[in-house]
Amino acid sequence: MMALWDGFTDYLHHFLFGIYPYIAAGVYLIGSLIRFDRDQYTWRSGSSQMLRSGQLRWGSNLFHFSILFLFVGHFVGLLTPHWAYEWIIDAGTKQRLAVIAGGTAGVFCFVGLSLLLHRRLFDPRIRRTSTMIDIVILALLWVQLVLGMITLPYSISHSDGGTMLALSAWAQSIVTFQAGAADMVRGLALPFQMHLVLGMSLFLVTPFSRLVHIFSAPVWYLFRSWQIVRVRGGATRRPGPVQRPGVVK
Amino acid sequence: MKVRAQIAMVLNLDKCIGCHTCSVTCKQVWTSREGVEYAWFNNVETKPGIGYPKEWENQDRWKGGWTRKRNGTLQPRIGAKWRILANIFANPNLPEIDDYYEPFTFDYTHLQTAPESEAMPVARPISLITGERMEIKWGPNWEEILGTEFRKRSKDRNFEGIQKEIYGAFEQTFMFYLPRLCEHCLNPACVAACPSGAIYKREEDGIVLIDQDKCRGWRMCVSACPYKKIYYNWQSGKSEKCIFCYPRIEAGEPTVCSETCVGRIRYLGVLLYDADRIASAAAVPDEKDLYQAQLDIFLDPNDPAVIAQAHAEGVPEAWLEAARRSPAYRMAIDWKIAFPLHPEYRTLPMVWYVPPLSPMQAAVEAGHVGWKDGLPDVQSLRIPVRYLANLLTAGKEEPVVSALERMMAMRMHMRARTVEGRDDQAILDRVGLTAAQMEDMYQTLAIANYEDRYVIPTTHREYAENAFDLKSSCGFTFGHGCSDGSTPGNLFSATSASAGRMAPPRIREADEALAASVGDRP
Repeated sequence: MMALWDGFTDYLHHFLFGIYPYIAAGVYLIGSLIRFDRDQYTWRSGSSQMLRSGQLRWGSNLFHFSILFLFVGHFVGLLTPHWAYEWIIDAGTKQRLAVIAGGTAGVFCFVGLSLLLHRRLFDPRIRRTSTMIDIVILALLWVQLVLGMITLPYSISHSDGGTMLALSAWAQSIVTFQAGAADMVRGLALPFQMHLVLGMSLFLVTPFSRLVHIFSAPVWYLFRSWQIVRVRGGATRRPGPVQRPGVVK
Repeated sequence: MKVRAQIAMVLNLDKCIGCHTCSVTCKQVWTSREGVEYAWFNNVETKPGIGYPKEWENQDRWKGGWTRKRNGTLQPRIGAKWRILANIFANPNLPEIDDYYEPFTFDYTHLQTAPESEAMPVARPISLITGERMEIKWGPNWEEILGTEFRKRSKDRNFEGIQKEIYGAFEQTFMFYLPRLCEHCLNPACVAACPSGAIYKREEDGIVLIDQDKCRGWRMCVSACPYKKIYYNWQSGKSEKCIFCYPRIEAGEPTVCSETCVGRIRYLGVLLYDADRIASAAAVPDEKDLYQAQLDIFLDPNDPAVIAQAHAEGVPEAWLEAARRSPAYRMAIDWKIAFPLHPEYRTLPMVWYVPPLSPMQAAVEAGHVGWKDGLPDVQSLRIPVRYLANLLTAGKEEPVVSALERMMAMRMHMRARTVEGRDDQAILDRVGLTAAQMEDMYQTLAIANYEDRYVIPTTHREYAENAFDLKSSCGFTFGHGCSDGSTPGNLFSATSASAGRMAPPRIREADEALAASVGDRP
């Protein structure tokens, strides 16, 4: 019986950290692509500021700026190979830096996200106009953030940076399609593992939620002219008298 | 010179009776959907008043339109591009729905289900957002016929430079109606502020549209538009605006608001303008020169050089012909009786207004109106000229005075001709118009036949796009393209935007009463 249970948890671990990442990434990428292609009308940030500004001013700004910081931090922290930075900074120092910077941003994010979640659940205007996925996504983000904060004491108690190295080894194995990635996070503390699984799940639900607006961050706006004029027929039309299509000259 | 054509609108405020037919027919056609119940692409406001949304003309509060920087270039008042992006998470200049009004229906169920009582049951308002009982506090014409206190109404920005206190007195008060819609500007601030690049101006007819597929709901256009004529659809998460009924315009038909105007106050016609001079015209240093600067970029459709250049740039002959017969051209440029709304916003608006004459006949007889050079003195009219100038010419009074005098002169000229059978040459000379021009003005303004009001060339779609490709396509959609957007919900958590879903919400109390009354039956 015990062996059966061990076999199951072993398989579950292998599934969650070896296979699930690819399921999540596949749905995330292909799902978003299909949605963009098939139903761009639904592709929006889904702002509810117009219905109630109040808590949103602080909530949304705190949340967005700090979560962007955290996202970039995770991205760089997990995917930069050890050899690329070890000659500048040792793993222990890097981890301390991550804990301090991430922890600070995490506190800001927690305040912002809690404000947003509170407003979404308890303001009747926002609650009544929310879809199920609007609420689910905020709740998932909140739980994910709390899990991330819970991991901080674990990191602090392993000041050699070993956990951090294990996590980035796992992430790098996943994105480079190495076999045996799941083994690299075996034995990590439960909050870390939950944070990973929920993190992958957030990618999984992205195409079905308002999170797709992240793809549309309008950075290129900085580089365009103020005015936009559209010509009927688009770029195919040439200056000069309009030609009747289909007439050969 | 770059010749472009635009269908411009002129509204004759002298004849607007405030019946709201334009607003209602527009709403029926375009915005009777969940998410835009509060939005009126066309609304009629009573002036003076702060309007809808509240204080839309107060750009210190809403930051709409453009500002001229010290180096002489323009920038949206909400800020430079980096600042617009920095505010994207929470837009500090966005009106809340209460600034427009919380949309509502009435609890009609209660009328059928109320138990026997001494008083008549009433249908109380219910919010279309929360489904809960609510109090109606504002609307698209809340200040109808000078409703609300003068203290509140007089926050109206057009009172600037006027000793406004006296107009609170019943004997001194004045009012007129102001129908408002998207101005389809030559220098639109909404287009400039859209981070997604979803808003654009059509080259062939100047209509400003929002690409519903490309809009991401960043809401910057709502703030940037100084007329507050872009509305955020809270259901779809996209912005929407007046589309100048482009499907009708393309077919050579007037917009719905114009078509249904019972007062015959609306005019639609082609104006040619020089697109190369938009930037310089919008950036003239003195606000008071903006009206003249905009006049100066309009091109004379009878000028051979303009015609040649228009031909070279592919403007169809039918459009040039329409430009020569354009009522908008005659009113705005020939007679100079129509003016842009708030030119000081620097957007170069293309919906123009003929200022209203105030009721005066009785006043003349009572000796209240002064005379000046053979005409009643417009300065002693009931509506202060300065108020109209603040509304239409950035405070410059001379053009408004001239327009009002010409309109009065037309009345006196036609009266002399039809009642006394003579031409009053002194009046014609006084206002600088010929008898023929007066006749034309009378025909256009007073008789206002359908074919004189609307001179709209059809869009030559067969030249501009391949009609065969359009065969069996889906026509007008809400951005779904040809995908099956008719399903009530889909994988990506969207709900359909079809009109049929706006069933009145039912509140629990009413449901229980209904259940109880059904239960009572034998």
